[in-house]
Amino acid sequence: MQKRVVLDSPDIDRALKRIAHEILEANEGPQDLVLLGIPTRGKYLAERINFLLGQIDPGYQANCGVLDITMYRDDATNAERRIQTTSIPECGITDKVVVLVDDVLYSGRTVRAALDAITDFGRPRQVKLAVLVDRGHRELPIRPDFVGKNLPTAKTERVRVLLNQTDGQDQVVIG
Amino acid sequence: MRHLTSIRELTKDAAISLLDNAQQLSQVNDREVKKLPALRGKTVVNLFFENSTRTRISFEVAAKRLSADVINFSADSSSVSKGESLKDTAQTLEALGADAIVIRHPLSGAPKLLAEQDWISASVINAGDGSHEHPTQALLDALTIRQGFGLSQDLSGLKVLIVGDILHSRVARSNILLLNLLGATVTVAGPRTLIPVGIEQMGTTVNSSFEDALSAKPDVVMMLRVQKERMQGEFFSSTAAYSKAWSLEGDRLAMVGQDALILHPGPMNRGFEISSEAADDPRSQVLRQVSNGVAVRMAVLYRCLSGEQL
Repeated sequence: MQKRVVLDSPDIDRALKRIAHEILEANEGPQDLVLLGIPTRGKYLAERINFLLGQIDPGYQANCGVLDITMYRDDATNAERRIQTTSIPECGITDKVVVLVDDVLYSGRTVRAALDAITDFGRPRQVKLAVLVDRGHRELPIRPDFVGKNLPTAKTERVRVLLNQTDGQDQVVIG
Repeated sequence: MRHLTSIRELTKDAAISLLDNAQQLSQVNDREVKKLPALRGKTVVNLFFENSTRTRISFEVAAKRLSADVINFSADSSSVSKGESLKDTAQTLEALGADAIVIRHPLSGAPKLLAEQDWISASVINAGDGSHEHPTQALLDALTIRQGFGLSQDLSGLKVLIVGDILHSRVARSNILLLNLLGATVTVAGPRTLIPVGIEQMGTTVNSSFEDALSAKPDVVMMLRVQKERMQGEFFSSTAAYSKAWSLEGDRLAMVGQDALILHPGPMNRGFEISSEAADDPRSQVLRQVSNGVAVRMAVLYRCLSGEQL
């Protein structure tokens, strides 16, 4: 299948900046925000949004962590199984506004697993979802709050997010 | 990986990946909710033909941390004492819904037999068979050594000395295999009567003097329990004579390097193969070994029951 670049590096930068602004707008400021990235690429996206939030609003207290959901999957038999580190910021997540960050939203099963994982660490006041790409085909009643790009896809297509930190370049490719 | 009956079934990559997963799972112990839903709905049976409270509890905690149901089946209080065969016992357990059977058996090779015969489809995990192997113990020792030296991959370049009753020790055999796989150099030392003939072929050198072995400055000194319950006949003249030559104490403890680690699989016979002084030394990793045991068993159960091919 032919590969097509749908987002290049400046597009990704712009999308992340917009997401950062939208997060602050929706939250009416920087208070109580905790970003949790889902490995592998959500972790790096969360770090970048975390950095941008700090640039936009000097009052933002960087609370950025990692939430590994491997052990919470409902399809453990055919999923990737390298367990990654989970690190919750010291402030915890109870009574905070948690923003989950992932690269691609597809079936919604990863997010469901993440919601389960979150309950093991505390009770946030709100949980929101930020994704770089929403490619549709949800299998669960889950929707994102902040989207970099809505990307209509066929189920047979494959969406790959490449990031500087993991792949040496920023790009979203479909094919 | 469906079964784990011997370290020989692991490649180096598979062993490192198990240790990596165990390392991550060891953090669950520090969490407020010490439970993961990964094996929800699975049933793990601890089938113990030999008493071992520690190993059984460790497997039980590991399975429960992963939300599996656990059934403890000890042979002395069961139908086995009425003459039921291993095959019938295993098939009965599977009919009750067992997805994994953790087996400890006095006969070497019993877990392998259970895994290889077409009796059951459940995963089989060896929790110690005769004087053959105890793979999860070796994995937890390797994890402890990795942590102790701040390593994240294999154990290449490390020198490990295993001391004591090598003859009856499945812990020693599994460790020799795994430590070699991970690139460490292994030496065993003990009284001649407790060193099995041909152990060198497993990848180790033999030293018949503790002092001599310690002067080679091993990075890890692993003391083994003297397994009196397995000894039929005389292997040493008296416990005092054994302690005099082979206990980790006094001058010998002083010979252990400042950065070296002291391991013991437990339960310890204080004052026999290891002195209290050594057991409570800051270099002693005994309690770390116990908590790593849970993490390693979680990783093994998860790997076997989630059906990953490696």
